[in-house]
Amino acid sequence: MSTDPKELPGADPHTGNRDIDPVTGYDTTGHDWGGIKELNTPFPRIALIALVLTVIYSVITWFLLPAWPMGRDYTRGLLGLDQQEMAKDHLRELAALRETWLGRFETPDFDALSDDPALMAAAMPAAERLYQDNCSACHGRAGGGGPGYPVLTDTHWLWGGAPEDIATTLQVGINADHPDTRWAQMPAFDWMEPDEISALSTYVAAMPSGRADPDSEAATLFVENCAACHGEDGAGGMMNGAPSLVDGAVIYGQESETVMTTLRNGRQGVMPAWTERLSDAEINVLSLYVARQMEDSGGDTATGAMQ
Amino acid sequence: MTMTATLTSTERRIGFAISAALAVLGLTMAAVAKSGPMAVHGAMALVLGVALVFHLGGALYDHPEPSNRRHAEYYDAPTRFGIVMTLIWAVVGMGVGVWLAALMYWPEATPLWPGTSYGRLRPVHTSGVIFGFGGNALIATSFYVLQRTSRARLADAVSPWFVLIGFNLFCAWAATGYLMGQTQSKEYAEPEWYADLWLVVVWVTYFVLYIRTLARRAEPHIYVANWYYMAFILVVAMLHIVNNLALPVTWGSGESFTIWSGVQDAMIQWWYGHNAVAFFLTAGFLGMLYYFLPVRAQRPIWSYRLSILSFWGIVFFYMWAGSHHLHYTALPYWVQTLGMTFSIMLLVPSWASAGNAIATLNGAWHKVRDDAVLRFMFVAAVFYGLSTFEGSFLAIRPVNALSHYTDWTVGHVHSGTLGWVAMIVFGAIYSMVPKLWGRDDMAWPKAVEWHFWLAITGTLIYVVSLWNAGITQGLMWRAYDEGGALSYSFIESVEAMLPYYAARTLGGALFLAGAVLCALNCGATMRAAGDQVDEADRPLYTQPAE
Repeated sequence: MSTDPKELPGADPHTGNRDIDPVTGYDTTGHDWGGIKELNTPFPRIALIALVLTVIYSVITWFLLPAWPMGRDYTRGLLGLDQQEMAKDHLRELAALRETWLGRFETPDFDALSDDPALMAAAMPAAERLYQDNCSACHGRAGGGGPGYPVLTDTHWLWGGAPEDIATTLQVGINADHPDTRWAQMPAFDWMEPDEISALSTYVAAMPSGRADPDSEAATLFVENCAACHGEDGAGGMMNGAPSLVDGAVIYGQESETVMTTLRNGRQGVMPAWTERLSDAEINVLSLYVARQMEDSGGDTATGAMQ
Repeated sequence: MTMTATLTSTERRIGFAISAALAVLGLTMAAVAKSGPMAVHGAMALVLGVALVFHLGGALYDHPEPSNRRHAEYYDAPTRFGIVMTLIWAVVGMGVGVWLAALMYWPEATPLWPGTSYGRLRPVHTSGVIFGFGGNALIATSFYVLQRTSRARLADAVSPWFVLIGFNLFCAWAATGYLMGQTQSKEYAEPEWYADLWLVVVWVTYFVLYIRTLARRAEPHIYVANWYYMAFILVVAMLHIVNNLALPVTWGSGESFTIWSGVQDAMIQWWYGHNAVAFFLTAGFLGMLYYFLPVRAQRPIWSYRLSILSFWGIVFFYMWAGSHHLHYTALPYWVQTLGMTFSIMLLVPSWASAGNAIATLNGAWHKVRDDAVLRFMFVAAVFYGLSTFEGSFLAIRPVNALSHYTDWTVGHVHSGTLGWVAMIVFGAIYSMVPKLWGRDDMAWPKAVEWHFWLAITGTLIYVVSLWNAGITQGLMWRAYDEGGALSYSFIESVEAMLPYYAARTLGGALFLAGAVLCALNCGATMRAAGDQVDEADRPLYTQPAE
């Protein structure tokens, strides 16, 4: 391309001047795209300085940190950092902090633990978060349970509500994949005649209020089919997972419709085993926390609340 | 004005053949798949193909030829169709977005059937706004800008229709597939293998059309807007093909397995994902900004040299930055360092574009004050600058430790998409619609002003509430008490989001209201079309190119 200004694109052929923008005072590049022009503004120094600064930052970072691949290896960086090690260090620091109080829970001497107010002050708030993160999805944020999920703030416990019993339930679960899991099954009584299911449901539904007729045919059905697990009087308490049918605390509900569904299909609720996810100490903290909440709420479902 | 009236009889025959081929393709897909999403998609293609066969077939022989004068005009009919599709997808995509925002505040309102679950609707929102709204806007404006900056008519009349209709078929396949539970589980690349293949055909046609038209340009230099549009088309093709490499389970099933696995899959996905942001949501829209802003402001681009720096900086640095989406993951540390440093270096070229756009307004600030359309573009440039700064900042590894997985990321994305992408699209639409429908101005000029304030208010409420939400989440998640136990349970951090989720729903609703107003305004303008022609707005070479 010619260096004669008069021959440059957009230049006046007589003077060699190009368009001067009156606002900025810069000339244009001479390009014209359907009316759009560009100014020949020089590089703003600040843009170049900023670009150089970001490049300097990057180069320094490359020297300090792992950065560039080198065949089968990579540049390790002068700081010698490794993200796995850093993460593990951080986790170890936190574990060491927790050890100051959590270590005590490795031995499940719940009475002694309970009697140490300083320990409880450190442990119970943490247990509350453990509860919210691991248990509340099923048992409710305030331990109030829900259809199929037991209330944790009352005194009704199928497998025992003492801290030791709760700890065992947490470790092995109920109908879980743990080899020693607590096992409980309400079989389906789908072989019964419809009128038998109907009569038995009405009978069971009337048990909590004490209005079930002991001389009815349904009472006979109950003794023949249900009493082995739920007890002659239906009061449960046999530590086999079969609930009392007279306290109104059946987790699936005890309306005759619900009982009929239970009789037709059976029930086999699952409480997972937590040993894969929680340490023994964490399980013990949680067990004590749940047991104490039950005590604090006086075993009253209506007012019972976690926290 | 319709498609057929602008096509010669030869072009109609070609279009007829392509439509028939589409119908056969659809029938084959439906027959091979028999049931499921792929069969539904085959039926959709069949219906579309048959409808086009009837549409074009009815005009094959006895329809008048378009006037030879057309060679002295730009070919804007596809752009008009693209604008209509842009507006439809805007209302659909943003509407679903607002509904989902409301569901986050009020999850009990989720309807019981699976098609309306959050997980299926979310990609309808993202694909609807990114591809439906953004993609149609990019294609429509690229045809408009390409012709005017080249002073040449589009190289042919059939392929622009193939590109637009084919792209919208892809979008419709995507959205309906999600509702039926079909997904590749790759963010922003959810559609299955046959839709991906279809998009490759559409995209290659698009690129060839672009290059052929550009080759006809009157000005020997290529304008900056076209650099960006070409980078957008070329790189999106590359990203799309590599990230979607997959093996179908059978030819008759809309399911496939990606050929990538493990951390390589994650890296490919976020190389794609971040460059979808770079080349779909940035490069193409910078092309839009580079045309509509100087034309509206009637000012020359402030600095040609800065344009060069920002273009090459953006296309080079962005390519490396994807790994900042995978900080603190199984991805090796060195890849994360590279992603972080290139994200930092990316800031200057990005700001160079934003600064160049804003400096272009020197001498036109009174227009920014008076003209809501130009104000849309100015705000777009400002939000482009803000979002790119925020992006580089969030890419710094320790910052990312706080922000990652929080709603801060969502806020950042919306600062870019609402504040930058959608604003420049609305500016472009308000610039083009009166002109393309032969009028001086929009049918309701005051509604443009209302739209501007709804959009800016909605964006600010949305972005600020999610900044707060994200930082709150990040701080709650990482807080430990003095005993080394978590200070908050996760559910507490969810409950803390309630006010922010309510605010973001409100912000989104305001933005949606603006978009609906825009669509109504455009509809009114289209119905009241005039016959004004800008004599200067025409190709320089008027002889038929054939």
